[in-house]
Amino acid sequence: MRPVHIAGFAQLPHGLVDNRHDEGGMVRAVTAAALQEAGLGRDDVGFTCSGSSDYIMGRPFSFVMALDGIGAWPPIRESHVEMDGAWALYEAWVRLQHGDVDVALVYCFGKSSLGDVEAIYALQNDPYTIAPLGLDPMTAAALQARQLIARGLLTEREIAETVVNARRNGQSNAEVPAIETRSVEQLLAQPLVRDPLRAHDAARFTDGAAAIVLTVGGGGPRIAGIDHRIDSMNLGVRDLTLCNSARIAAERAGAHNIDAAELYVPYASQEKLLCAAMGLDPGVQINPSGGTLVAETPMVAGLVRIGEAARLIRSGAKRTLAHATAGPCLQQNLVCVLEEAP
Amino acid sequence: MSGPCAVIGIGQTHYAAKRDDVSMPGLIREAVLRAREDARLGFEDIDCVVLGKAPDMFEGVPNPELFLADALGAVGKPIFRVHTAGSVGGSTACVAAHLVQAGIHRRVLAVAWEKQSESNAMWALSHKVPFQPPTIAGAGGYFAPIIRAYMARTKAPEHIGWKVAVKDRQNALLNPYAHLQIPDISLEKVQQSPLLWDPVRYLDTCPSSDGACAVVLSSDADGCENPAWVRATAMRSEAMLFAGRDEVNPLAGRQCAQEVYQKAGIQASELDVAEIYVPFSWYEPMWLENLGLFECGWRAVDEGHTLLGGRLPINPSGGVLSSNPIGASGMIRFAEAALQVRGMAGAHQVEGAKLALGHAYGGGSQFFAMWVVGSTPG
Amino acid sequence: MKPVTEFRSPTKLTYTVSAGTVATEFLSAILQRRIVGRRCPVCTKVYVPPRPACPTCAALCEEPVELPETGTVTTFSVVRIPFPGQLLEPPYACAHVLLDGADVPLLHIVGGVDVNQVRMGLRVTAVWYEEPQPTLASIRYFTPNGEPDADYASFREHV
Repeated sequence: MRPVHIAGFAQLPHGLVDNRHDEGGMVRAVTAAALQEAGLGRDDVGFTCSGSSDYIMGRPFSFVMALDGIGAWPPIRESHVEMDGAWALYEAWVRLQHGDVDVALVYCFGKSSLGDVEAIYALQNDPYTIAPLGLDPMTAAALQARQLIARGLLTEREIAETVVNARRNGQSNAEVPAIETRSVEQLLAQPLVRDPLRAHDAARFTDGAAAIVLTVGGGGPRIAGIDHRIDSMNLGVRDLTLCNSARIAAERAGAHNIDAAELYVPYASQEKLLCAAMGLDPGVQINPSGGTLVAETPMVAGLVRIGEAARLIRSGAKRTLAHATAGPCLQQNLVCVLEEAP
Repeated sequence: MSGPCAVIGIGQTHYAAKRDDVSMPGLIREAVLRAREDARLGFEDIDCVVLGKAPDMFEGVPNPELFLADALGAVGKPIFRVHTAGSVGGSTACVAAHLVQAGIHRRVLAVAWEKQSESNAMWALSHKVPFQPPTIAGAGGYFAPIIRAYMARTKAPEHIGWKVAVKDRQNALLNPYAHLQIPDISLEKVQQSPLLWDPVRYLDTCPSSDGACAVVLSSDADGCENPAWVRATAMRSEAMLFAGRDEVNPLAGRQCAQEVYQKAGIQASELDVAEIYVPFSWYEPMWLENLGLFECGWRAVDEGHTLLGGRLPINPSGGVLSSNPIGASGMIRFAEAALQVRGMAGAHQVEGAKLALGHAYGGGSQFFAMWVVGSTPG
Repeated sequence: MKPVTEFRSPTKLTYTVSAGTVATEFLSAILQRRIVGRRCPVCTKVYVPPRPACPTCAALCEEPVELPETGTVTTFSVVRIPFPGQLLEPPYACAHVLLDGADVPLLHIVGGVDVNQVRMGLRVTAVWYEEPQPTLASIRYFTPNGEPDADYASFREHV
């Protein structure tokens, strides 16, 4: 494998509502900043890959206008995934293995404020059987949490502790909207909305965009391993107390000796399960940025985890892990392990 | 480093306006099982699945790769979802080939599909977005002014589009999977069909189809006696609208073609056959020039060079003009190119085809994906 | 057993869309029956509707440019079929209208004239609705203004 480094990372400050930027404006801001951090210009880029969702943006072909933001002229080698930007980074990483291209630009954007993200995700279910029932992702997560609690693998207090930690960590993250710290007792006093889950257990949706510049060689945090896997969407055939896809992806990405991890946690009840599935030791620092419970920009939050994990390397960590997910109950998972450049 | 990649299995569904005999997973499995059978492999032999389709709003299911994971045999494996507008079927094959060429996986299943009949594709394309100019032209109305510009620029006579419309429908009669089967197709019939978007007539346009296409790619011949070797892939994009943009002959398309020929180590003149994305008949002469296949596209059409049996047969399968499951249409071009160099195209086989081009484009003629396949690794 | 081939599963999603600062400037001007584009500081091309970023230079376009309501039809098509969401009764001409001083054409309608009279190079002027709304559809259509046709060479780069 050719050594691929994260040479630049930028994100728009995630806002609860972004009324200023359209797709092109968002993308311009983050790609210019990421290239600047990498010390590269857009002419240096040999492959570009983006991630976004038409349903999130409320219109078909939403990625087309985003191309304005990168100035695709002269024409560029380019591809797009209808997935989180973390998967766009995966495609770029694959493309860099070919040998003819040494710099790749990855970007993604999403605006949760335009529509009802939970209602959109509910439509991801099997359209013939489950979707007509209106199963929303939080209800699916609650079914999973219930099983975890019943098996003694999770307590309601642990769910609350996850939220407490995320909010505490989020205080020092200038890129996310302010969020109030809470004690476990305060959280547990809140009403249940999808028993055993409370409103604050869900990730907080935001608007934003992010970009990463990948280079072959050079400095910066290096991708030690990256892999992604999917489970069945059929909740009935899965053991929801396990997360096989995250386990396999972590094994293949080399999730060992990890100092800190940035995990895409849609619901607080899923963090402990993810750590167990990926074999993360109790000493691993989880979501120093505050993570998705503080700011989840759809289609962006996964790439931001990789960017944040890279920042941790830059500030002294030896080996970090980033995770992205999609689908109900952590159906699809991507794991990217980063390490110091040798 | 870029390693070898072979197409060892190809599967298509029968294309039709409405495949209400199958569900979405059923439609996809029809293509996947045929590809698997062709490749003589089981699901357990596949390392990764790459899925492509055009906007999710066409079927009303966001990220359908999630619920299709079971049907695709992808559980426990990586599944990757590509969306590059109309070129997506081609891009999906390119992305799958990249995985094999990069040495990430040995065998990758690439699938592209559309089941437009389950929702309303015209609605998805034309629903009103606030603050955007209203849809005033419809799908064909976007391209008709560009066709007019081509005609003005090249002085192409009116009947060129009709000739392409007839040729592709005649070819479709040789392809059992093709959606449109019009045995009595003729120049008169095209000429007398209603004018929809002046100068585009009804029979100059593609149908709206349900359908799926699948290919199995492998890093070696994998027991296949006649694989199609992926000699090169290329993808290029440019912005949709900018000052001085040549939408008749977009630079992204020209560069993509040059890159794919160069990487394959061939000249365009060496190609034996090409399957190119022609949703309106006039796009055949336009792309012939854009791809560097003929200096004057309309003369090549007029002189019969693109007929089956001509100097460079274009779309012997009947092309997009005969079957158009939007998200799959690009991959069908790529798969048909591979069938040709494998000698497996049946009644629409180009005799002795050794090198073929698969081409797809999308958006406002701004996204391009291509591959060159050969009967030898090159 | 009769096969189930169809069932209805209606979906409704509601979106609240914001125009963004650049489109807000454009649409506010439309409310005053003015057309305002923006110029790229690098290539100096004028875009209308304005773009936040130049599609070829990726530079921020910040300079507003007031444009006249006259222009040239660079290419066109006569729409002769009905389709969902259509606003006008076919047949009607949709055209690329290159406003004088702009570098990209607007896709709009040419009206107030027999569709068979619409041609490349036709000079046109905007006809507005009485009560403009924040949409480009506040221009009812562009209509021939009697000026001599523009030379093909003058707009060849802008079809």
